[in-house]
Amino acid sequence: MGTLTRSDIVNLLAEKFADKDLLKSDISLSVRELLNAMSTGLAKGERIEIRGFGSFTLRKRKPRIGRNPKTGEPVALGVKYTPHFKAGKDLREKVQAALDAELAAGKTLD
Amino acid sequence: MTITKTDLAEALYMDVGLNKREASELVDAFFNLIKDTLAAGHGIKLSGFGNFELRDKKARPGRNPKTLEEIPISARRVVAFKPGQKLKMTIETYAGSRQQ
Repeated sequence: MGTLTRSDIVNLLAEKFADKDLLKSDISLSVRELLNAMSTGLAKGERIEIRGFGSFTLRKRKPRIGRNPKTGEPVALGVKYTPHFKAGKDLREKVQAALDAELAAGKTLD
Repeated sequence: MTITKTDLAEALYMDVGLNKREASELVDAFFNLIKDTLAAGHGIKLSGFGNFELRDKKARPGRNPKTLEEIPISARRVVAFKPGQKLKMTIETYAGSRQQ
């Protein structure tokens, strides 16, 4: 499976907007701004909800006692937050339909 | 508070200088492109933010916990998001009120 990068996404968007009055540099800047706005929002504790695509929320990790791997000494680690993505209905269904089609065409999962 | 596509389009209008129509079209196109890419079986790496990955799970026997009836669980493809280092660091510092 090939993986697309941020610059692939920018190129594909630039193609899509080629007939519009939008420079590729504007699109590149916009993608950066989009990801920035999402990161900043999450860091402020806000949730992000994109209909049909999915939602991002923060999940709280309990404080725990870690250990310094070198000395074995216990270290108290505080509450930590990590981002969590939940795929929306449309995305879930599209991705599942793709697998179902591949399985119907003879793909096997091992 | 919840951030929606409208808020993201507003950010593009304010900070990048797109007009409102372009901004909202670009936000739509961005998420549709990610969705179509995943639907086509490709993962996506957004440096600084995170990676969207696809995971295939084999069919397995399941059970209705109430009735103990056996029901097969069919093969699944799920989308997993792995936050990037920069996003993790930005968020780890969050120590605000627990509204969630």
